[in-house]
Amino acid sequence: MSSFRCPECGYTYSEELGDSREGYAPATPFAELPDDFVCPDCSVRYKEDFEQIVEQT
Amino acid sequence: MTVYTATLQNGAEISYVDRKRWLWLLSVTYPLQALLGILFHHLSGQQAWLLLPLALSYILAPTLDWILGEDRNNPPEEVVPQLNEDHYYRYLTYAVVPLHFVALIVAAWWASTQNLNWWAYCGLAIIAGMGSGLGINTGHELGHKKSRLERNLAKIVLAVPAYGHFWIEHNRGHHRDVSTPSDPASSRMGESIYKFALREIPGAFKRACEIEVERLNRKGSAIWSYENEILQSFAITAVLQISLILAFGWQMIVFLMLHNFFAWWQLTSANYVEHYGLLRRILEDGKFERCQPHHSWNSNHIYSNLVLFHLERHSDHHAHPLRRYQSLRHIDDVPQLPSGYFGSYLLAYVPPLWFKIMDKRLLGLSQVAGDLNNVNIDPDRRRSLFARYGQTDLQQTTGGSQP
Ligand SMILES: [Zn+2]
Repeated sequence: MSSFRCPECGYTYSEELGDSREGYAPATPFAELPDDFVCPDCSVRYKEDFEQIVEQT
Repeated sequence: MTVYTATLQNGAEISYVDRKRWLWLLSVTYPLQALLGILFHHLSGQQAWLLLPLALSYILAPTLDWILGEDRNNPPEEVVPQLNEDHYYRYLTYAVVPLHFVALIVAAWWASTQNLNWWAYCGLAIIAGMGSGLGINTGHELGHKKSRLERNLAKIVLAVPAYGHFWIEHNRGHHRDVSTPSDPASSRMGESIYKFALREIPGAFKRACEIEVERLNRKGSAIWSYENEILQSFAITAVLQISLILAFGWQMIVFLMLHNFFAWWQLTSANYVEHYGLLRRILEDGKFERCQPHHSWNSNHIYSNLVLFHLERHSDHHAHPLRRYQSLRHIDDVPQLPSGYFGSYLLAYVPPLWFKIMDKRLLGLSQVAGDLNNVNIDPDRRRSLFARYGQTDLQQTTGGSQP
């Protein structure tokens, strides 16, 4: 499970948690979000702009 | 006096004082101008005083913009985090929310109890609407933030002008599609504000509903439920406006219709001037380039920015939508409007004058370089504009189509 971050506003999509407000259930992989997904907070960055956060273990 | 200090990368200490700090109170009091007209009417007995706010917005504001000129100062980037965390600024945006309710209720009460002439009655309704239109600006600033409190306050204040769908439409629709042919809230070259209004007002409502229905469907929630964030705001509108009709009688229906329309008209005016003719390029992957500062018309005029929470620094706003109003920056070499918004609205209301001044500015922008193919053009005017400028329409010659 990874997290993906919007480079503009910092919104973070966690695959573990999903995003209940947006209707993405927990454990929904980022890859399964719609192709036209835009950042829910700023709307100016597209899915392919999101940066994967490297897990610190 | 609040002094922010920070250390630059080279180790130098800087200190910064926001000279506009207290002047932002103008944005808090500006929506109360209907009450100023009422006060002067009360003191003088002359109904014409009720129209005073028209002079404040359309004579005084453009004049002050002209006299006081522009402000190109930016806070140093190193102090912006402190400026954003200084809660004074956001308290001002919270404080305006109840004032919008007060302004509408007092204006409605005055209109229905003072035996006004028909023109004074309608004039007061229109002026109350212009004040509530500023509520869309307040909702705009609040709705762009991540905190639940600010988002809820946005929905509450948007109930006053009956524009509850704006928060979704603007953040999720307009910011995504800005300066593209499909955006109902971006005006096109050759499109008058009156034609634009007929596309923008219904188009924005439709897009907001589509975005919200899509979200509710993903969640598995009912459309007619409390979870529908458009309905949440319109429910407050219904309570407010039905209460006004019950309290002040059926003639309130005329008052509220004028009020609501002129509140929306304020937003239409702002949307019209903010992106006129600007067009984002299509990238190789078929998507539009990301929104850049040069995809918005900007104005640095001091006075009108101070009454609109810096809305006119629109280039930075679209490039960085979550940036707080006190931190928005002037950016060099971005499209500049000839005046602040109120003066620009007056130009827009006279379409031949608007086209004469703005088409020249538009074609002179470095990203357009005089080429109409780089402009968002009204399809009905496309052929005639290309003919007038003696240019070749690449969409015609390549048979290409717009997405
Ligand atoms: Zn974002």
